Amino acid sequence: MTAILEASPPSPPPPPSLPREEPPRRKPPMSQKTRQERNLGWKLVAPAFLVMMAVVLYPILNALYLSLFNYRLTDASARSFIWFTNYQVILTDSAWWDAVWVSTIIMVASIVIEFPLGMALAMVMNRVVIPRRTLRTVVLIPYSIITVVSAYGWQYAFQPSSGFISKWLHDITFGAFNSQYDWFGHHWSALVAIMFSEVWKTTPFMSLLLLAGLAQVPGELLEAAEVDGATFWERLRKVTLPAMKGAIMVAMLFRALDAFRIFDNIFIMTNGSVGTTSVGVLAYTQTITRSEIGIGSAISILLFVLVCLIAFVFIKVFKTDMGKVRGE
Amino acid sequence: MDLKFSSRRAGGAVIAAALATSGLAACGASASATPTLGWYYQPDNGGTAILAQECSDGSNGEYKITTHQLPVSSDSARQQLVVRLAAGDSSISMISLDPIYIPEFAQAGFLEQIPDSDAAAVTKNAFQPAINAARWDGKLYGVPWQGNVQLLWYSKPVVKAEGLDMAKPVTWDQIIDAAKADHKTIAAQGALYEGYAVWINALVQSAGGKIVLNPGAQPDKLELGLDSKAGETAAAIIAKMVSAGVSGPALSTEEEAQSLALFQGSGTAALASNAGFMVNWPYVWAAFTASQRSEVGFTQYPEAVAGMPAKIPFGGIALVGTTTTKYHAQVLAAEQCLSSPTHQEQYLVHEASPMVDSALYSLPATKSEFPDGLAAAIVTAEDHAGPRPQSQFYNDLSSALETKFSPPDSVNSSTPATAQKFILQVLKGQKLI
Repeated sequence: MTAILEASPPSPPPPPSLPREEPPRRKPPMSQKTRQERNLGWKLVAPAFLVMMAVVLYPILNALYLSLFNYRLTDASARSFIWFTNYQVILTDSAWWDAVWVSTIIMVASIVIEFPLGMALAMVMNRVVIPRRTLRTVVLIPYSIITVVSAYGWQYAFQPSSGFISKWLHDITFGAFNSQYDWFGHHWSALVAIMFSEVWKTTPFMSLLLLAGLAQVPGELLEAAEVDGATFWERLRKVTLPAMKGAIMVAMLFRALDAFRIFDNIFIMTNGSVGTTSVGVLAYTQTITRSEIGIGSAISILLFVLVCLIAFVFIKVFKTDMGKVRGE
Repeated sequence: MDLKFSSRRAGGAVIAAALATSGLAACGASASATPTLGWYYQPDNGGTAILAQECSDGSNGEYKITTHQLPVSSDSARQQLVVRLAAGDSSISMISLDPIYIPEFAQAGFLEQIPDSDAAAVTKNAFQPAINAARWDGKLYGVPWQGNVQLLWYSKPVVKAEGLDMAKPVTWDQIIDAAKADHKTIAAQGALYEGYAVWINALVQSAGGKIVLNPGAQPDKLELGLDSKAGETAAAIIAKMVSAGVSGPALSTEEEAQSLALFQGSGTAALASNAGFMVNWPYVWAAFTASQRSEVGFTQYPEAVAGMPAKIPFGGIALVGTTTTKYHAQVLAAEQCLSSPTHQEQYLVHEASPMVDSALYSLPATKSEFPDGLAAAIVTAEDHAGPRPQSQFYNDLSSALETKFSPPDSVNSSTPATAQKFILQVLKGQKLI
């Protein structure tokens, strides 16, 4: 089995004409075809790139500028330049670190739960022939529902007065679970409800991305592994997962960033009470609820930095060469 | 060549058509010079639209009111209004504003002052707390319009079983003990939202205290009265209600609508089987079925300290004109029309909503809407209302207050002191909410 992967073509020995002192890690010169492809690519993305610069870069730079001010929207005349005081207030406030902690927990839990679930769904969708379209549609239904709507739905489901969750748990546990349990009255139970809603809503997205990755796995490799006597788990671990490493990285990265920036579910279900304020909710509270544009912008900038950091860590951890994914 | 020529001609035709159209539009605009007033209001059952139409028709072309709905909750409405008014949105001419935001909006320069010469006319017969709430810094910024006050609603069988005399003032201790003894609930608003601040403020004021001691002061000079005997009494009542197990299953997410649902239950024949008491606004009366009404009683808000009259939560709506509109005179005329006794009565009957004109409550139409002494109970409550603290920083103040008192089952004797310290730090820009 391992031989299959090791059988990938070894890197060719350097041609004898090349001098031995040539740095071995130097990038090979770009072929004509690759260069043309790259140029065409730039031309194709240029309009979108310019629009993105206008609608994304400008607000980011503006937020960076505003974050250096003490600026309340309802007291604009008192606006004053205070350098990095807002950042100092934020980083020394336990509310910020609590919010980072909540966002991190939700991010980690989402990925840990959604990846195996999404992978299983993707494999089912990949294998099932009849009814393939119906199955894919059904699986994607939660993702097609607006998050605010699903958040309200799950809020009602968890609330003791209107919901069924506590009642079901009460029945399943033969009365051990309190049928009137207040899920949103306690920190961890509220987080569980929020994460449940988040996972329910976004697992289809994860499975969709993983399905695209599964389609990239060469069928002949799987067949060869099967002929060699590899079990299902061995084929999954040694062939399927390594072959779709790029897709896994993209799926996990997208979900990690989305989950870290969670807002809708918390806003609807608890509004940040019982210690469920995420970084996104914290930024909203300062900027929109309090009209404190300066400190709210500073939180947004810090959130942006954290998101960049997460993306950087993911790319480093996965060590994915997107060129390889493209088959170059 | 032909193609070039024809395309140039076509281009010329398009430009000519565009110019002609814009010219016509300009003519049309000058022909219909009736100023359009955008009235932003909180959702109701159509009463606002009816009044807007009647006043527009009655103005003889002086103005035309268009109505625009705001979000249901007053804090969400505030968020939208602050952003738009700060951006100088001139389409907002008039607002049905929760008066608690008048200081903040007036301080920010969003509100047009009502001229002193008109102040007496637009406040005639209005309950004094409503007039006070529409004032800031000695000036009148809003026309008092709706005058909401909370009452104590109760299940008649429960008070009978517990031997409570509801003709006399009752205390929070009494109703908590009664609900506990009879395994019933008390519905109140403990969710993390502005309504929770309303409850906390009522408890503090009813215990003889005040949350803000020097309204209008800047954060560095602001003095709060939460860390006091009154604050401790307020915290003790909330803590007792939770520990007695009478606050219902989800006080931490309970707003007005959930309180009503807890008290009313899902049936129509009777109240919820565990319904005991509820503090809520008079609009709940319209939600009860006829058979439920026979079970429901109402009286004045409970006292925090026996023998000390309760300071009743006061809400309502003031009609305010914005500085961003071009039509100040027309807005004032529209406000005068909408707040006339006739239109207040019309709105009261249509919406079953208490209005500020005290003369309305002796009219048969009002007594029909609020029967069995409910009209008189509302008038008494209006006279004993204890407004929320007036402050240009009310939004921050209430948010910080709710945060430290949330969830209700975490409230203890040290909560008022913690909340006071936290509120001041937030207002000084030293803490996040």
